[in-house]
Amino acid sequence: MKSKSIAIVGAAETTKLGVIPDMSEIMLHADAALNAMTDAGLKPSDIDGVATAGMWPTDLAHYLGITPTWADGTMVGGCSFMLHVRHAAAAINDGLCNTVLITHGESGRSRVAAAGFPGGGRQSLLAQFEQPYGIMGPPTMFTIPALRYLKKYNVHLDRLANVAVIQREWASRNPRATNRELITLDDVYKSRVIAWPFHKLMCCLVTDGGGALILTKAERAKDMPQKPVYIMGTGESVESPMISQMEDFTTSKAFRVSAKKAFGEAGISHADVDHLMIYDAFAHLPLYGLEDLGFCKPGEAGDFIWERNTAPGGKLPVNTNGGGLSYMHSGMYGMYALQESVRQVRGTAAAQVPDVKLSVCHGVGGMFAASGTIIMSNEAP
Amino acid sequence: MSKQPKFSPAATPETQHYWDGTKRGELLIQQCDACASYYFPPRPFCPKCASRKVTAKKVSGKATLYSYVISHQLRAGQEPFAIAVVELAEGPRMMSNIIGCPQTPEALQLDMPLEVAFEEWDENITLPKFRPAKA
Repeated sequence: MKSKSIAIVGAAETTKLGVIPDMSEIMLHADAALNAMTDAGLKPSDIDGVATAGMWPTDLAHYLGITPTWADGTMVGGCSFMLHVRHAAAAINDGLCNTVLITHGESGRSRVAAAGFPGGGRQSLLAQFEQPYGIMGPPTMFTIPALRYLKKYNVHLDRLANVAVIQREWASRNPRATNRELITLDDVYKSRVIAWPFHKLMCCLVTDGGGALILTKAERAKDMPQKPVYIMGTGESVESPMISQMEDFTTSKAFRVSAKKAFGEAGISHADVDHLMIYDAFAHLPLYGLEDLGFCKPGEAGDFIWERNTAPGGKLPVNTNGGGLSYMHSGMYGMYALQESVRQVRGTAAAQVPDVKLSVCHGVGGMFAASGTIIMSNEAP
Repeated sequence: MSKQPKFSPAATPETQHYWDGTKRGELLIQQCDACASYYFPPRPFCPKCASRKVTAKKVSGKATLYSYVISHQLRAGQEPFAIAVVELAEGPRMMSNIIGCPQTPEALQLDMPLEVAFEEWDENITLPKFRPAKA
């Protein structure tokens, strides 16, 4: 896409986050969508494109009273919304629609009318070649590569546990974060083992919530109520839906391909980046992200975080909402990472980083199966 | 590990030969006739070069421990156990369990040599598992 041809003009999360037992999953989508439309000063009749994951875009459009000329139901797990932003930008630029609403809603904890993830049945490759070995969801699959990473680069387990400690510092500055009390390495190791070497505090939360974004042409964005957030570059890729078949357990091919595409489109260098979000379902994700996006050399991200570069006051603030580990994680967290990038670029985040002009938002989906990268800026084209 | 009778994987036309093999105590891994690469999981074409000329070969059963977690996400009656990915001597990796040794970080060292062992899951499915190789 042409850099800065598209802008985010509406962005909001659900009114409440965390435990929302009085709202069904579709209403979480709608609550966030209504908030985003208010944010953008738009009505459903102003929207002519819809995209969502976890439910059909048909259900969303009808529930909200939208008649779209473009719909996208791309579902690749938690980074689906990064892909929606990318696809929406292309669709708007190609004239398929003018104003796109992207929503997420997930009753991850309360499970009120929750869709859950589609399974492949007992004949799927996952069911035949992974499930019989005792996997119990992402905590026992997504985590498997980490030991190989630690051994290859001779990284101490403290570097992994420390990711949770640093992110909690960000969460402590955010009133909407689920967990805000500061923690130590000792607290991480004292939390119960989920899948060794991962303790509970190194695993994401399971909460309820939603978020929505509205995109339109950059030239229209100037006349709208919010400070426009311009899309500078986008990327996406997929690798293996089976964790055991990931090409290399110490690096994500999908991360590398997606990020390279986004950085190339944006025409930026790493030194230009003021703020970074890396989807952190588990504590090893920011290590892989920092390295695969090119901010650190292979094996050095643990030290980079240890030396407080990503912490409050550091030179590259990362996961400033507290991340999936401390802010919230409904199941498909990518939408919340995007929301925090938008807030930082607008200058309205709870833990606002001074003078953010450029934010990189990187998502992962279906364990290491998919990836999406969105680069945003507040500087007009 | 206790069995989980409620869940039972089932073969497809493309994987039946593999499960027939494990039932006989053979680990069959497909090799491409054209480019000679071994690959997993089974499919009737080579994912490297797309050739449909492939042959399921009985492999050595030798492997090394590539990575793992020790799961504490347990069903009733289970003790913590390793969910591992092993690297076969022929190249491909597969998920498995490591049997015949304590399920501890001390006993489970990455790159340790392993050999295949077969465990019946139910009347249709026998799983390849791996145990420390005899010196």
